[in-house]
Amino acid sequence: MSSVGEGCRADFPILQRVVNGSLLDYLDSAASSQKPRQVIEAVSGYYERNHANVHRSIHTLGEEATELYEGGRDAVRAFVGARSREEIIFTRGTTEAINLVAQCVGRTLQARDEIIVTEMEHHSNLIPWQMACRDRGAILKAVPVIGEGFLDMEAFGRLLSPRTRLVAVAHVSNVLGTINPVADLVRQSHEAGALVLLDGAQGAPHLALDLAAMGADFYAFSGHKMLGPTGIGVLYGRREVLEELEPAWGGGEMIKEVWIDHAQWNDLPWRFEPGTPPIAGVVGLRAAVEYLGKLGMERVASHERDLTGRCLDALERIPGVTLYGPRNPEIKGAVVAFNVEGIHPHDGAAILDERGIAVRAGHHCAQPLMKRLGIAGTLRASFSVYNTPAEVERLAEAVKGLRGAL
Amino acid sequence: VVYSDLIRERFRHPRYQGRLERPDAAFEDVNPLCGDRIRIECRIADGRLADARHRGDSCAICVASADVLLERAIGEPLDLASRLTTGDLLERLEADVRASRIRCVTLPLTVLQGALDGREVAR
Repeated sequence: MSSVGEGCRADFPILQRVVNGSLLDYLDSAASSQKPRQVIEAVSGYYERNHANVHRSIHTLGEEATELYEGGRDAVRAFVGARSREEIIFTRGTTEAINLVAQCVGRTLQARDEIIVTEMEHHSNLIPWQMACRDRGAILKAVPVIGEGFLDMEAFGRLLSPRTRLVAVAHVSNVLGTINPVADLVRQSHEAGALVLLDGAQGAPHLALDLAAMGADFYAFSGHKMLGPTGIGVLYGRREVLEELEPAWGGGEMIKEVWIDHAQWNDLPWRFEPGTPPIAGVVGLRAAVEYLGKLGMERVASHERDLTGRCLDALERIPGVTLYGPRNPEIKGAVVAFNVEGIHPHDGAAILDERGIAVRAGHHCAQPLMKRLGIAGTLRASFSVYNTPAEVERLAEAVKGLRGAL
Repeated sequence: VVYSDLIRERFRHPRYQGRLERPDAAFEDVNPLCGDRIRIECRIADGRLADARHRGDSCAICVASADVLLERAIGEPLDLASRLTTGDLLERLEADVRASRIRCVTLPLTVLQGALDGREVAR
């Protein structure tokens, strides 16, 4: 590994794959990123040399596994700028992290309490809140999306009330790419006495984070979108808030002492991690954040902004292409959603795949946003550290041919 | 090849796309994977599917599938029309549809069956 783009491609074995006769152009990292050799080898090395259960085994391998697992927590803490390791809870992914909060906070909701989401949420930051509200007779409200794809912050101000218990918002939209004004959201929510959860699935892989400074109460993200393995995710929770929450799920490891009819909970963060955790996932995630750390997240963000800008410029010039989301790459994550006149997104993706170009097509698990935009779905190109301007050019060239392709 | 000449042809020039005035049966459903939506309206006479039309917002495979389905089903007794299979459609589509797109083929089939089962939804 030396640098972003061409300089790190050799680290990603899968990028050598030939798909339908062409070298793979993988432009679907927002769905799931590819993995560098460093991550793959960390995971296989762990299974070959160190695997045992964590925390409960006194033998050498048990100690090594525990050290690797808890060392992973320290690495993640440093990567996201959390104050303490107690604030880092490992989950299966963003979805489970959000569900964990929805269960814990949901249990404390009273009838007529309010949760605020937005029209641009991924289903994983919407359905858990629908369920929590339904269970407790609470009310779900949504901040509208306006203009090129921004949150209507005036409407947000009006929606906030003393009844608002929690505000759940994407840090970066997985369709529009909009980077939401989190400082404003956090300040206004806290002034109203509400907690804030940020869905960081599209934030953590692409932006330098300083969660302590950001001030959100919860921040959820997935390993597999940031060069790490599948099945590992993180819930960051502000310590003062976590201390007050009852655990979502029970089991081994989350307790201190157990009697037949009651139990005393373990300390943070283990209180929220019942059962044998995804140890190999944490080992892989640690390798991933170390890899990203060496590249430097500022450089990663600037590289991806450059690719996003090139992609917007190239697609904008193609007749029949409609772009969704902000046009300015400076205020946008590494995704470009678009449609081609007369071509259904799935047909478009299948035709691009014939040239070895992998993009996402469909509603992107954001059906309320699709309804807001009046479309069934879009094509979406998304970028990671290993993508290059040449790939953007090949995409644009192929998109030019889509309109008459069927 | 995902897109056979037949799929392309039926996507460009569907023969059974449209709507029926006062249909005897209708049904509409979505593919949860991609959000595609299709509606089929039917005219029933003498225990047969006398006429039918499809419309919606869906991909080329789904449009072509709906079109060849109605072509095959119109004129048939209802029990036969509602027993057509995915295999029947794949044969008529002359395409090697991958597992990831098979729902695009089967959505019109389940929508026609829903219509003939007497299900109607107000969406």
